Amino acid sequence: MDSSNNYKKNCDYELIIIGAGPAGLSAAKTAAERGVNVILIDENDRPGGQLFTQTHKFFGSKEHYAGIRGFQIGEKLLKDLAEINVKLLLNTTVFGIFPTEKRVMYSTNNSKIHTIMSENILIATGALEKPILFKGWTLPGVMGAGAAQTMMNVYRVLPGKRVIMIGSGNVGLIVSYQLMQAGSKVLGVIELLPKISGYKVHAAKIRRAGVPILTSHTIIEAKGKNFVKSAVISRINFNNGSIEYIKGSEFEINCDLICIASGFQPFSELCWQLGLEMKYISALGGFVPVHNIYMESSIPGIFVAGDVAGIEEASTAMEEGKLVGEVVAFRLGYSKEKDFKIYFNQINKRLSDLRSGSFGIERKKGKSILTNYS
Amino acid sequence: MLKKIRKIPNFDNAGVLSLKDLKAIPGFPSETDFENDLVAVIECDEDIPCNPCEDVCPHSAIKVGLPITNLPHLDAKKCIGCLKCVAICPGLCIFVINKNFDDKNSLIFIPYEYSPLPNKGQLVRALNRKGEYVCKGIVYKVIKSSKKNSSSIVGIIVPKKFYNEVRHFNF
Repeated sequence: MDSSNNYKKNCDYELIIIGAGPAGLSAAKTAAERGVNVILIDENDRPGGQLFTQTHKFFGSKEHYAGIRGFQIGEKLLKDLAEINVKLLLNTTVFGIFPTEKRVMYSTNNSKIHTIMSENILIATGALEKPILFKGWTLPGVMGAGAAQTMMNVYRVLPGKRVIMIGSGNVGLIVSYQLMQAGSKVLGVIELLPKISGYKVHAAKIRRAGVPILTSHTIIEAKGKNFVKSAVISRINFNNGSIEYIKGSEFEINCDLICIASGFQPFSELCWQLGLEMKYISALGGFVPVHNIYMESSIPGIFVAGDVAGIEEASTAMEEGKLVGEVVAFRLGYSKEKDFKIYFNQINKRLSDLRSGSFGIERKKGKSILTNYS
Repeated sequence: MLKKIRKIPNFDNAGVLSLKDLKAIPGFPSETDFENDLVAVIECDEDIPCNPCEDVCPHSAIKVGLPITNLPHLDAKKCIGCLKCVAICPGLCIFVINKNFDDKNSLIFIPYEYSPLPNKGQLVRALNRKGEYVCKGIVYKVIKSSKKNSSSIVGIIVPKKFYNEVRHFNF
């Protein structure tokens, strides 16, 4: 038995990162470049997270990779990863963390269970799509917009030819556009609120291509026997906060795909399991782990970054990941305090830029509630 | 009885900028600016943190400044219509227009990310900001993106009176 050797080897990480999306990859790169011994774990068969589903160009400035498409950023991060010394475990699910000794339990390909320990753990598990429920929502052909995006942009499978998109946030608008690029016909975007929730430029892009956006409308039913055949949509009124269907406004339209783009919530199971302090912040997608300005949760040494720490964008996730990388490197003595302060301020400046403007202000407020709270 | 429809009609103008909105945008050229040669038309009116157009402009004709949520300001006198901003804009909301392409026609450069691209000389259906048919257009130039991140650009010729209306096409 060489279990003692294994144990020693397994313990030999200074930072365990769970999730190899934009936040996890950025944290791994930053920390490893400073000299931290990092292991990066992801349940998918390749790293990159949702970056590889993003075929559109990112907003921001040069420092945020603006004007570059998401999958290209993914390719760049993977190239960076190959050049640094980071242990990468794929097809590996982390299903528990012991808080006191900071032991992470995982299993690769659902086989043997292993554990590793580290003083520093970063949870960068991303987000889950929030579904909305309506009659027929479990029929095949009803799916999250993110699922449709993964099908077409990663696996090159067209999820449907005649599409109804529910939700006019940026995801709904962008995925509608990408479905058209892939050859689908988007029949319309249905929005519950009286106005479009995403960027107007994304809306303009699909409007000029002939896609109507129905505000103050909602889906009532997905019809079909074994597969979606049609959608029933109604106009609505908000009456004292409750939704009132407008009688006679309903219509049925044939379609073979209903995409739901009604937002995301932090993928926070590990946070709950650890007993991290959580706080409900609507602007950040629901319950989020309370964290300080160093992205450290209520348990010292357990960090959070990216969507799990509040639903934002890939660009903010990358900055938060870098921040954790710098904090861990500094605490382990791999960088001088003077330098750390410079890096820390630079990252915070970029984060503040990304959270500015009318679209970022609520997220910025939400983040400051969290950091003031802890 | 539940109404069955085949096509959802245009509901309202959600997501479509009106001429009044456009004229208030600092990236939108004045009427005099349009009379000159090629000019960039920046239809960006939200405080999104974004400035690649400023970075890419070789003639400093576009200014965003700080904070980067500022709307892009166009200095039309400096703009030569080089199309670099059209190719990079993540919002695909910049066009380049030569109103007086000839006596009767205007030339409109449109970012285009669909496949296939049209061919030079091809007849296309020119569309407005709502996707409604406006007039026939003729493809004058097709610039296929050389880099993965830039958008392809298609220049189409339409009757002069539609220079401020046509923003897309299909065929």
